[in-house]
Amino acid sequence: MIDAYTESILIFVGINILLAYSFYIPMATNQISGGQGAFMGIGAYVSAALTVNFHVPFALALAASGLVAGAIGAVVGFPALRIRGLYLVIMTLGFAEVVRVFFMTNEYFGGAYGFSGIDELTNLPYVYGVLALVLVLLFRLERSHIGRAFQAIKENDLAGETLGINVTRYKVIAFALGAMAAGLGGALYAHYALFIDSNNFGFHRSIEMVIFAVFGGINALWGPLVGATILTVIPEFLRVIQEWRMVFYGLMMILLMAFRPQGLLTKHMFRREKPQGETEP
Amino acid sequence: MIFLQQVVNGLMLGCTYALVALGYTLIFGLLRLIHMAHGEVLMIGAYTALVIIGYLHGNLFLALVGTMMVTAVLGITIYLASIRFVEKGGHLSPLVSTIGVAIVLQELFTKMFTGEKIAFPETLAVKNIQLGGVTFSTVQVVIIVIALACMIVLYRVLKGTMIGKCIRAVSENMETSRLLGIPVFRVVVATFGIASTLAGIAGVLVGIAYHSIYPLMGIEIGLKGLAIIIIGGMGNVVGAMVSGLLVGMMEIFSVAYISSSYKDAFTFGLMVLILIWKPEGLFGKRADTRV
Repeated sequence: MIDAYTESILIFVGINILLAYSFYIPMATNQISGGQGAFMGIGAYVSAALTVNFHVPFALALAASGLVAGAIGAVVGFPALRIRGLYLVIMTLGFAEVVRVFFMTNEYFGGAYGFSGIDELTNLPYVYGVLALVLVLLFRLERSHIGRAFQAIKENDLAGETLGINVTRYKVIAFALGAMAAGLGGALYAHYALFIDSNNFGFHRSIEMVIFAVFGGINALWGPLVGATILTVIPEFLRVIQEWRMVFYGLMMILLMAFRPQGLLTKHMFRREKPQGETEP
Repeated sequence: MIFLQQVVNGLMLGCTYALVALGYTLIFGLLRLIHMAHGEVLMIGAYTALVIIGYLHGNLFLALVGTMMVTAVLGITIYLASIRFVEKGGHLSPLVSTIGVAIVLQELFTKMFTGEKIAFPETLAVKNIQLGGVTFSTVQVVIIVIALACMIVLYRVLKGTMIGKCIRAVSENMETSRLLGIPVFRVVVATFGIASTLAGIAGVLVGIAYHSIYPLMGIEIGLKGLAIIIIGGMGNVVGAMVSGLLVGMMEIFSVAYISSSYKDAFTFGLMVLILIWKPEGLFGKRADTRV
């Protein structure tokens, strides 16, 4: 048996990996989202309302929160054809702020007092079960036609469009999948923290997801996993970093962007020879 | 009469927003990036004024001058430390590095002044002026006058001086400007200085208007500033001024006549509508979504 402290670290590692992928997946089609915290919040509140107010089994509540967050993600991602680049960043930042204010003022979800009385239903099997599902999905996705379309869009979406790729569709898919991952992470978080309020899902949360993914490497499938793991575990061992965690993150972001903007891992890091152009099967 | 009163309130809020948005739009126009620590420059401006007035017993004028100098230096330092060497890395890199700066500044000021709201010292004798049934307080008059003066000066500088012409030329096309012998680096540094000065002044005005400041104040106002430059058209100076006033008015009226909790939703809702139907902004000329 592992003790409660180790278990809590492992659970947060798992949740943070999910959250890191929620930023990574839209990024795989060149969509930068600054508001993934909103989808995490939606997942957290939806699942909490389901288990507390309707006594829905946790597995069902998890699935529902993923689906609701994913559906809202699809709606938000839909204008993606016209809104890209920095415009999308600002739009998602604004969206997250609106969602935060909604949960802060909505009486059903506890308003400014937050939502309390959630049962502790999140455990290691749930966290790593969900994570494994998402990872398997992602790895299969990358080798499918969808993954190739994502890659084409990331390289150059105009060129992709001229080759007959339905850019809007794939961008919406990517955005919805990212929102879904955040929603699942939020549901797991809510049933472990046992108390949630709107400030848990604000600007800083969204930025934390960006840091995890960018630190690990946003061009490598393993990147977010490695980034989230390292950045969740290290502060636990160094009390100094724990206290100055945000300053440490901030300085690291500045230095990382100046010296290694691609993050720790890169796409072709583990190949023996450098690929001559992209030759995916 | 209540209506006119709200117009004055809206003007006061809108002026402050416009000053913040101008900084974003100037920097975006030049480098095509979002300076995510701009709200924190404003926050530090407010704290600088607090220190000058509260601890050093200066007056409002001294506080403004001191704040302008501090924030100008701060803005230029941020550019050199976090933007100059990462500019070339696409959209994400400067975004992430300036968010890094924002986080560090927020955290440092939280450690120094606590994360709680602290009172901004009274600087002006609050007197009410009656004018045709509308009541102006001296605070409102001072804020509106200072903000409008800044906007007029900025407009004149951009239109009429050498540095203004250089800024406009570099915004138009950086490479051509460089070929024509414009010292691009110095123009960029000057722009960061100007933009940050405006943010600093806005910070002082926010302090005067709301009587309290806190280390995370830059996030909220910064997001409003970003929404405003989308509404007015990214990179568009006059657009930022007008839509700043527009958003200020809209928020005050939504608080007065609808509900105070949804004022942010109105602003960001308008922003999303603009993004969908007129992504070049209310005052933009051509569709330019591929920035």
